[in-house]
Amino acid sequence: MSRKISIDPITRLEGHGKIEIFLDDDGAVEDCYFQIPELRGFERFVVGRPIEELPRLVTRICGVCPASHHMASAKAVDGCFGGEVAPLAVKLRRMYYNAHYIHSHIAHFYALAAPDFVLGPDADPAIRNVLGVVAKVGLEIGGAVIASRSKAQEIQRIIGGRSTQDIWCIPGGVAKGLKPEELEEIRPMVADLYEFTQFSLQLFRDIVLANPTYLDIIANGPYTLDVHNMGLVDENNAPDFYDGQVRVVDFEGTELHRYEARDYADYVAEHVEPWTYLKFPYLKQRGWKGFKEGIDSSIYCATPLARLNVADRMATPKAQEAFEEMFATIGGHPSRLLLAQHWARLVEMVQNAETLQLYCDDPEITGDQFRVIPQRVTGEGIGIVEAMRGTLTHHYTCDADAICTSANLIVGTTNNNAPIQMVTRKVAETLIQPGTDPDQGILNMIEMAFRAFDPCYSCATHSMPGEMPLRVSVRRGGEVTHEFRRGC
Amino acid sequence: MASDKLQIALYWGAACGGCDVAVLDTDAFILDVAAAADIRLWPIAVDGKYADVEAMEDGELDLTLFNGAVRNSENEHIAKLLRAKSKLLVAFGSCAHLGGIPGLANLTSREEILTAAYLANPSLERGNKTVPLAESGANGRTLTIPSFYRRVYKLDDIVPVDYYVPGCPPAFDQVKAVVQAVVGGDLPAVGSVVGASDKALCDDCTRVKSEKRIKHFYRPWQIMMDPEACLLEQGILCAGPATRSGCGARCTSSGIPCRGCYGPLPDVVDQGAKLLSAIVSVIDSQDPEEIERIVDGLPDFAGFAYRFSMPASLLQMSVRQ
Repeated sequence: MSRKISIDPITRLEGHGKIEIFLDDDGAVEDCYFQIPELRGFERFVVGRPIEELPRLVTRICGVCPASHHMASAKAVDGCFGGEVAPLAVKLRRMYYNAHYIHSHIAHFYALAAPDFVLGPDADPAIRNVLGVVAKVGLEIGGAVIASRSKAQEIQRIIGGRSTQDIWCIPGGVAKGLKPEELEEIRPMVADLYEFTQFSLQLFRDIVLANPTYLDIIANGPYTLDVHNMGLVDENNAPDFYDGQVRVVDFEGTELHRYEARDYADYVAEHVEPWTYLKFPYLKQRGWKGFKEGIDSSIYCATPLARLNVADRMATPKAQEAFEEMFATIGGHPSRLLLAQHWARLVEMVQNAETLQLYCDDPEITGDQFRVIPQRVTGEGIGIVEAMRGTLTHHYTCDADAICTSANLIVGTTNNNAPIQMVTRKVAETLIQPGTDPDQGILNMIEMAFRAFDPCYSCATHSMPGEMPLRVSVRRGGEVTHEFRRGC
Repeated sequence: MASDKLQIALYWGAACGGCDVAVLDTDAFILDVAAAADIRLWPIAVDGKYADVEAMEDGELDLTLFNGAVRNSENEHIAKLLRAKSKLLVAFGSCAHLGGIPGLANLTSREEILTAAYLANPSLERGNKTVPLAESGANGRTLTIPSFYRRVYKLDDIVPVDYYVPGCPPAFDQVKAVVQAVVGGDLPAVGSVVGASDKALCDDCTRVKSEKRIKHFYRPWQIMMDPEACLLEQGILCAGPATRSGCGARCTSSGIPCRGCYGPLPDVVDQGAKLLSAIVSVIDSQDPEEIERIVDGLPDFAGFAYRFSMPASLLQMSVRQ
């Protein structure tokens, strides 16, 4: 008799989601749906608002990574006024965004990902969370994690006035500059954050790389997909989080596309399914081919690992060392090992910390030319940044009075909707074998599939413990025959 | 669950996660909360799920902090469930308090939202006619997702609320104050706003104020703003005069005008109407034509005046300009 396994609700991701797994008569996985039940309608209700208000409206898409939306929006709005931005403002925005990246990656790595590796994928669910991590690694390290995330938030507050629900970018620049005394306040925090990135890499070596079981899960588990990679790169093909060109590289390392933000609609399109509110972006020139892997697939990932996969190198020296070490360890560049995302986040953190240091030493950074007044309304702008969870696109149009007339958004995690759908199914197919009932142990393995993506459904939930409470109900003919619970 | 500790839940409806980050931004204080309380439900952070809540006795939770608006059937279901299980239900943050920025959707319609998202934008698959449905079929299966309501509701449109904590997000020092008040039993009358001031934002804003006589309104992108002077006196729309303080004036001190996230002043029913009267009173003219010219500098007044409070306004929804 066929069965359905419902995982509903999943938590520890921003918003709500559920997984429906349908089994055939033999108990093998026949169908699997990862459904997103949310929609808020930003693309419509920003229409009619003054265009300069959008950067402080769209932050409410995501209160965990609001700076990503703030920056993409600011760039799109700049475009609506002809695109001129004070050069100092670009530096300050980049500096601010570096701090935001560090805050986000610390939160995800330590609170969401670390429990699986520090405590183990099959650890007691009751302790497989950040408090369990702190108990194992000690209060000293736990305190350093809290303090470091807090410093990354504080740097944003000092530069831009707020750290959550950013307000600071306005057309042509930013609303306030950085005073010399503020820079001196930031400088020691930046030094501490750089040290913390090195500490984190060492922790990863000591705890994950030194454990053959974990390495085996990363390298030989079902967590791989033959799909392509997307990310922003600078002119040297190093990752650029704030600007640059979008580069798409297939899983064998061949460049498929390299394009400017303004051309995004020639390269990416979105497929709609009736059973989820979240759309499925794909490579437009290949057409929608369904949830199919392979060299001809039109599916891509936009994640920390994808960003490193499309990059030839890192932009800063210590990050380059970390990049080389990572790809040498996981079997070469590019990589399809989705669990290497967690390591990739640490590599990205290093580049962000080193870049922050460079800005702290920039003699121009405390200047006062942080804005230019736009001279004309040109009516259309497209801003792309790398959100922590993927390439983020904001595309606006406005009328001659600079009132928004349309908005189109392709949000970081949305890019990964199809890959998450596919890897969830793959893990379920691998672990749910015909003739056996899935036990509690598979639940965390299913979670680990989408947790690697740090999914952000309407934004991200990369803020605290890692163990996700799940309930799996096995039904026969509508009757619940088995129920497995974890963390609930 | 037998425990002498305070039993608490934190939940999000139609939300962005910013309120949860505001709680996390209390840093080490969160460890004190964890020591003093059992956190029974907090999807972003700890274990616990709907089935646990359903299994609780009515009133088993001492406190629920509910952030986010009510946008779909799932939000409504959980709001009612948590109300039944909680001795104190707090509307936490602008969306639960007043509808918040998602509440701006009440200026448009369900159909327009679905069209913008799925039927008419530059990156949709060519020829797409598919729109997500509350119930759909795929390969002979029935799949369901929550139904998307015609409008946004604030929390107390759905269930009775005991206290309101304003802010988008609430300032983290205010978050601490609210939790300490609950722990200490030091709470005002039911229905009160807590974690905020009873004065206007202008009282906390350090910008230099003089006589407000506006001859011309500017949009923030049009002029270099004086870093010290009152923004409204410079002709920049600022919601400070009609907004409750308590946020620490974090926007105006950074060169950005207030948009009213802490909600209306005490005893004010409609924040936008109050704001309109405040703005009109500073226009420096008796000449109807000149007044009209000055007011023309104020595009999208509804979207400004009700930035965080459309579902709480007298209009509530669907203003056609």
